[in-house]
Amino acid sequence: MIYVQLFLSFLQIGAFSFGGGYAAMPLIQNQVVDLHHWLSLSEFTDLVTISQMTPGPIAVNAATFVGTKVAGVTGAFIATLGCILPSCLIVTGIAYLYLKYRHMKALQEILNYLRPAVISLIATAGLSIMISAFFGEQVISLYTLKIQMVIIFMICLYLLVIKKCHPIFVMILAGVLNVCQYMIQGG
Amino acid sequence: MTTQKEKLMKLFISTLYLSAFTFGGGYVIVTLMRKKFVSDYHWIEEEEMYDLIAIAQSAPGAIAVNGAIVVGYKLAGILGIIVSVIATIIPPFIIISIVSTFYNLFKTNIFISLMLEGMQAGIGAVIASVVYEMASGLLKEKNPLYLVIMIGAFIGNYFFKINVIYIIIICILFGFIQFFVLKRRDSL
Repeated sequence: MIYVQLFLSFLQIGAFSFGGGYAAMPLIQNQVVDLHHWLSLSEFTDLVTISQMTPGPIAVNAATFVGTKVAGVTGAFIATLGCILPSCLIVTGIAYLYLKYRHMKALQEILNYLRPAVISLIATAGLSIMISAFFGEQVISLYTLKIQMVIIFMICLYLLVIKKCHPIFVMILAGVLNVCQYMIQGG
Repeated sequence: MTTQKEKLMKLFISTLYLSAFTFGGGYVIVTLMRKKFVSDYHWIEEEEMYDLIAIAQSAPGAIAVNGAIVVGYKLAGILGIIVSVIATIIPPFIIISIVSTFYNLFKTNIFISLMLEGMQAGIGAVIASVVYEMASGLLKEKNPLYLVIMIGAFIGNYFFKINVIYIIIICILFGFIQFFVLKRRDSL
């Protein structure tokens, strides 16, 4: 019975969370905290923090976390399955239609106008991350600007654009640089 | 020519790797997928990848999972979906199980939080470089409308917090009108 509940709950999360990432958060909270009481509010906050610290989509993380807590590994598995099933069906359907009709001239020209918007959406996500990196949770001003973050950002940008370094290498290097600057300043 | 089995193996390993190391959410992972499958492997064409990313963004569910589905389907059909989706969910499955066990240790460790703070700047740089690359490629086509859409979508999404779905629908409608108005004008 708990398996069915977990499955249906995460099925809804998977089917109605548009826009990805933190857009799914209120929906997860509603199902997991308010409706089913699988997690307390503070456990949910911990889950969000863990999701920020680790790679992986928050909905999949939540499914694993809640599933394990409520019904062990089987629970985690069933919740994850529920969470990705709607995506598998809907996305495959759209991709099927797209690949079938993409050679139509009309569709191609129409989709041309989607491409600039896709770039903007990625830029928006990037800008939010940059602001959070440069200013933390604080108000945006010259006084709250973390200079060391701007320097790390510039170094990374140089390595990526000019030196063509691998993005994952650059991301990890950025973390290491921040640890180093802390140790130099603190020590 | 790579055989189907080799291709599936490569797909599995690259999605597993991307899922395990990509911090910063779905938008970062789709840009890295683009690098891997368009620039490195040449399995997907640049323009097609934009459309696939748009599909991954506009459908419900996690963008990383949706991205794995479109890429897997495009490369190897239903079998490709199964392979890339499994590869995408294995890392969070394992990582969450481990991290939640040692949660308090993670939460209070100063080095982990410094590492994560620094990585944010790195992720910002990765996205900035990818956006720069994509935008300069598109603007080479010298269509002023592309620039208008790019700026409009950015303002709408960033400042007015308009839902991604609406932005994508508006652009499709715009393309639709543009196409049929121009067609009619040409035929007159």
